[in-house]
Amino acid sequence: MKILVCIGNVPDTTTKIRFDAEMKNLDTNGVQWVINPWDELALTRALEIKEQSAGKIEKVSVINIGKVDAEQTIRKALAIGADDAFRVDADPTDPYFIAAQIAEVAKAQNYEIIFSGIESSDFNGAAVGSMVAELLDLPSVSAVSSFEFNDGNIVLKREIDGGKETVSVQAPFVAIVQKGISINPRIPAMRGIMMARTKPINVSAPVAVDSLVEAKTFDVPAPKAACKMVDAEDTDKLIELLHGEAKVL
Amino acid sequence: MNFEFTEEQLMIKQAARDFAVRELLPDVLERDASSRFPARQMKMLAELGFFGMCVDPKYDGGGMDNISYVLALEEFAKIDASAAVVLAVHNSLACYGIEHYANEEQKQRFLPALARGEKIGAFLLSEPEAGSDATSQKTTAEDKGDYYLINGTKNWITSADNAGTYIVIAQTDREKKHKGINAFILDRHSPGISLGPHEDKMGMRSSDTHSVMFTDVKVPKENRIGEDGFGFSFAMKLLDGGRIGIAAQAIGIAGGAFDLALKYSKERKAFGTEICNHQAIAFKLAEMAVKLENGRNLVLKSAWLKDNGLQYGLQSAMAKQYCADSAMEITTEAVQIHGGYGYVKEYHVERLMREAKVTQIYEGTSEIQKIVISRTILKD
Repeated sequence: MKILVCIGNVPDTTTKIRFDAEMKNLDTNGVQWVINPWDELALTRALEIKEQSAGKIEKVSVINIGKVDAEQTIRKALAIGADDAFRVDADPTDPYFIAAQIAEVAKAQNYEIIFSGIESSDFNGAAVGSMVAELLDLPSVSAVSSFEFNDGNIVLKREIDGGKETVSVQAPFVAIVQKGISINPRIPAMRGIMMARTKPINVSAPVAVDSLVEAKTFDVPAPKAACKMVDAEDTDKLIELLHGEAKVL
Repeated sequence: MNFEFTEEQLMIKQAARDFAVRELLPDVLERDASSRFPARQMKMLAELGFFGMCVDPKYDGGGMDNISYVLALEEFAKIDASAAVVLAVHNSLACYGIEHYANEEQKQRFLPALARGEKIGAFLLSEPEAGSDATSQKTTAEDKGDYYLINGTKNWITSADNAGTYIVIAQTDREKKHKGINAFILDRHSPGISLGPHEDKMGMRSSDTHSVMFTDVKVPKENRIGEDGFGFSFAMKLLDGGRIGIAAQAIGIAGGAFDLALKYSKERKAFGTEICNHQAIAFKLAEMAVKLENGRNLVLKSAWLKDNGLQYGLQSAMAKQYCADSAMEITTEAVQIHGGYGYVKEYHVERLMREAKVTQIYEGTSEIQKIVISRTILKD
């Protein structure tokens, strides 16, 4: 059995986000790129499952839709322990375009388990995993926070309102994973970094699919207003500000 | 000229950073207070390959370059200088010394366990009355035919108790002066070795430091490194490289303190504005940033020279002296910027200031570095 983990190449979560003058394109100057945090947790769990599976999981691969500059992020996934990688050479535009590319590779390469992070930490689309399942006509399980693989029996736990739901599913399927799937992302070991040098990144051209959605502009949140200090005794002043300025009263 | 890091170097730096924040930071204050060795973390660092990161993969090492090594040490030291010094002594002195100066049989016997981090390495040169003045060694290694008998006392030995493998420097023939000194590899648990108490130190409290007493310790001849009389030259060569590691550690300590001071200066308000808006603080930060940049460049250049098989003794002495002295200045200013909070343990900068002090002392004091630098520049 083979696992395919979809990895997004996203700005580090501490990045200060800026856009160009038209507010249409992300200003990538000085941005440090990382594996989308949910995808990284999914990869960590996939590798743990493989290690515990006594050979039943033969391979964990990663796939990214991106240009050549995404290879640094892909290389990290290989250093963490993925066996090989696919990069579909295209700018990741809308979720449908990305899902169509992933579905194409997953089908051609016969992956039985597909992991996708619940959303990307940059555009928060939360759509790719479900679309991949739909395009491949596979069952999809969303909000997966636990994945057990015992003698080929797959048991998943889903986060539901106020609790968890345990489900079993037969491969092939898509698991859309969230926090909890593993505790911490795996830190690459020196040996892994060394081995990543020679692991293959299979690059392919995208299949022709129209993007269905186009981003027009982005708005960034207004800067935080300065904090006004009011004397603890001066309730009149506080009420006046809450009423007149903050307009919450 | 190229100042860019490779993808791999950046990945290693980030891995060290992630590890330090996730695994070392949570209990660093408690370990400092109780002088507790980070045993759990060391095991994890061994699994990640940081113990033999520059050793050739054929001896189970990571095969990384010295640039990667100093980047990792700097990241560890920002958070936990004690963990960094254990790694620095292990990699720069024990692993490097054996890999580059021991014979093949010795490498096969000792290096893989060190590179895998199953055993920690310690370097035993300093004595109660001999530090950088290594020719005044009082520890003796008497030649008994097929073995040596070691007697004497070594002081200030980093990881003395937690180490598994010792590299010991001792005098075999006093009349030959520095040419009568030898270096030996031996097991820390060899009969006749006993340890003094855990030193109660100002900083680096989470790494163990002891004096080590040798009483008729038998060392087989095949454990001697190099030809008879190679020990002094061996120790000096090792310290040339060891200085790069300590310089990286020092600049890491400084960088950790700077990051905290920078953050604090943007949060703390005085006289109606964040204190970073006061020139008195802003200029301090500017001076600290310049020293950090200079120090990092010296460390990286030394590592680059070493990676390229070029002479690095002068630059590593410059790096060690500059980074250690700058670390002391930067950490002191970081405490000053924090004001009263800086004097409180919870804010970390007082600890970093205590850690910085020893970088001006061990592996050659700043004064010794100036001797090395001045002698080198006056030679031609």
